[in-house]
Amino acid sequence: MEKNLETVFQDKVDQEIKIEPKDWMPEKYRQTLIRQISQHAHSEIVGMLPEGNWITRAPSLRRKAILIAKVQDEAGHGLYLYSAAETLGISRDEMYDQLHTGKAKYSSIFNYPTLTWADIGAIGWLVDGAAILNQIPLCRTSFGPYARAMVRVCKEESFHQRQGFELLLTLSKGTEAQKQMCQDAIDRWWWPSLMMFGPNDDASPHTAQSMKWKIKRFSNDELRQKFIDMIAEQVKVLNMRLPDANLKWNEERKHYDFGKINWEEFWQVVGGNGPCNKQRLDARKKAWADGAWVREAATAYAKKKASLNPSKGGTSETV
Amino acid sequence: MILLRKFYYGDYGESKNGAADISSDNSSSGVVTEWPLWEVFIRSKQGLDHKHAGSLHAADAAMAIENARDVYTRRMEGVSIWVVESKHIHASNPDDADALYDPANDKAYRHPTFYNLPDAVKHM
Amino acid sequence: MNKSINISTDQLINYLLHLADNSLIMGHRNSEWCGHGPILEQDIAISNIALDLIGQARNFYQYAAIPIKQSTNQPINLTTEDSLAYLRDTREYKNCLLVEQPNGDWAQTILKQFFFSTYQYYLYQQLQNNADDQLKAIAAKALKEVTYHVRWSSEWVIRLGDGTDESKKRLLRAFDELWMFTGELFEPASYELNMSTDFILMKEEWNKKVCSVFEEATIDVPVEKKWHQSGGKTGNHSEHLGLLLAEMQFMQRAYPNSEW
Repeated sequence: MEKNLETVFQDKVDQEIKIEPKDWMPEKYRQTLIRQISQHAHSEIVGMLPEGNWITRAPSLRRKAILIAKVQDEAGHGLYLYSAAETLGISRDEMYDQLHTGKAKYSSIFNYPTLTWADIGAIGWLVDGAAILNQIPLCRTSFGPYARAMVRVCKEESFHQRQGFELLLTLSKGTEAQKQMCQDAIDRWWWPSLMMFGPNDDASPHTAQSMKWKIKRFSNDELRQKFIDMIAEQVKVLNMRLPDANLKWNEERKHYDFGKINWEEFWQVVGGNGPCNKQRLDARKKAWADGAWVREAATAYAKKKASLNPSKGGTSETV
Repeated sequence: MILLRKFYYGDYGESKNGAADISSDNSSSGVVTEWPLWEVFIRSKQGLDHKHAGSLHAADAAMAIENARDVYTRRMEGVSIWVVESKHIHASNPDDADALYDPANDKAYRHPTFYNLPDAVKHM
Repeated sequence: MNKSINISTDQLINYLLHLADNSLIMGHRNSEWCGHGPILEQDIAISNIALDLIGQARNFYQYAAIPIKQSTNQPINLTTEDSLAYLRDTREYKNCLLVEQPNGDWAQTILKQFFFSTYQYYLYQQLQNNADDQLKAIAAKALKEVTYHVRWSSEWVIRLGDGTDESKKRLLRAFDELWMFTGELFEPASYELNMSTDFILMKEEWNKKVCSVFEEATIDVPVEKKWHQSGGKTGNHSEHLGLLLAEMQFMQRAYPNSEW
């Protein structure tokens, strides 16, 4: 019987029929999805912090509004993703708990500091650019709620990368100080953004199962190469350079060759030793702890109202 | 050495029991204070049906509508919002799908294209 | 409405800057919450309000820039929304004291928002009938946003007041912190006179709304008795504003004459 269900399940996946929350699914599929979606959600939420760091210092009112809208979008993306994970039988509070206790991880890119205003542009261009490449295939992922959340995310995300590039473009045409700021940000964010794609394929042995389940559709190295080819061209428009002496076009491969990634640094940041790991997690924990009394008050009030007027939830009109 | 069994975008590996292990005790205080989950339906413009947009948490219905406005209509996606607490939604069982939906398959006569009429017949 | 009264260009400029500064400083304070809210949904909600307010500020600054350009006795470098926001110092800012107060906890933020949004609501209601077409248009657009801010913040005041003992305690503490800055809202500065706004009516409406929300929130406070602090409208601010501006204006001050 179990075998049968598994075959039916795999058939559906093979035929690109979406799996919905109430459908039978292998336990391991469910567990893997919960982990992947929740960690993706955590990345959005933690990712608000490095950029949020510059909201109060944005150099123009236009930039300030853009940045607030962007960081706010990330909150929205986290919310969509948490909701998708919740359809698999885990609550958002449980996921938060996993984040706060260090049990769940998030993208290590957000453990780097935003030191100058140009970092906001570099994050938009490079970090969001890398994220988009990863996210677009996820719009077709086999689990329905995840795929739908990703469609929404990708739709909204498209302005993020463009604003980042535009920000850097403005700097690149500006004063000497602005140009330096721009180059410096690219220098610092380039390698960490390459690491966002994860280790080389040969060091990431378990992707086969995820490929088969269609919760991953391209390998880490494929996506990384695509990203490098794209950015190596775009950087020319900025009149800036990427900090890699080995970066050059390979006519034979029809791809850019590039230098060695410092995986030691990567593993250290993943393992908690990045420049801002502790700061990021502390900020999340503090926000959650400081908000506890607020959430409790709203619950208590809703209960009070419901018991006074059980037919009506809150003050809204019924349909 | 750090123990990582899986690693790719949106999945940053696992430590200890792994993030997907939800059987362990999960709330530090032991008291459930999580706001209930709501399903959000948005009418994107006048004349269209409300369509499921997603879900969110809110303490009560009024807050759910406001949260839905803030979360799901930031880019002018809606003109009207319905919310319903997720626990009140009853769904058909996917195991019954064959019995529920397949029988409609062979009833082509319900569709207008089933009927061939001469071209001379207009407005039908 | 007094269409007949002619107001001077300087007065109009000051008035517009006052309206803009109010919205900007309040929006800036709200944006400090972004990423740190008590729950995701409310993080998004308060960021939305921040965006509305910054949008209002930009509209007022942009409008103010027009008479400034034409005026002979205004500093020539202050002719864009950004120069007005980023290159004026504390003494030139004309926002009321209420909006520059620190966020404190969620109760203080909510109560500040409620006091301010309710004030904006009644003010914009009057301004949307102003003789000045531009001002009228900005107010009418902003009024829609503010109507929502009032709804959102008053519901939260009620929730916190009638929620738990803890939330009530915090709301009352927020009241003690903020009440003394509410009187200034209804004490017109010289540039607010003859702008066809009825401050007595505004104050009456504001009091009525505040009392009815407080009643629903089951909080009992002696709203009339306390001393009110004022000065912000004429540049006599609390120390909080200088620090806020130091942060907000940092880039424009450190890298002058640059495009961003």
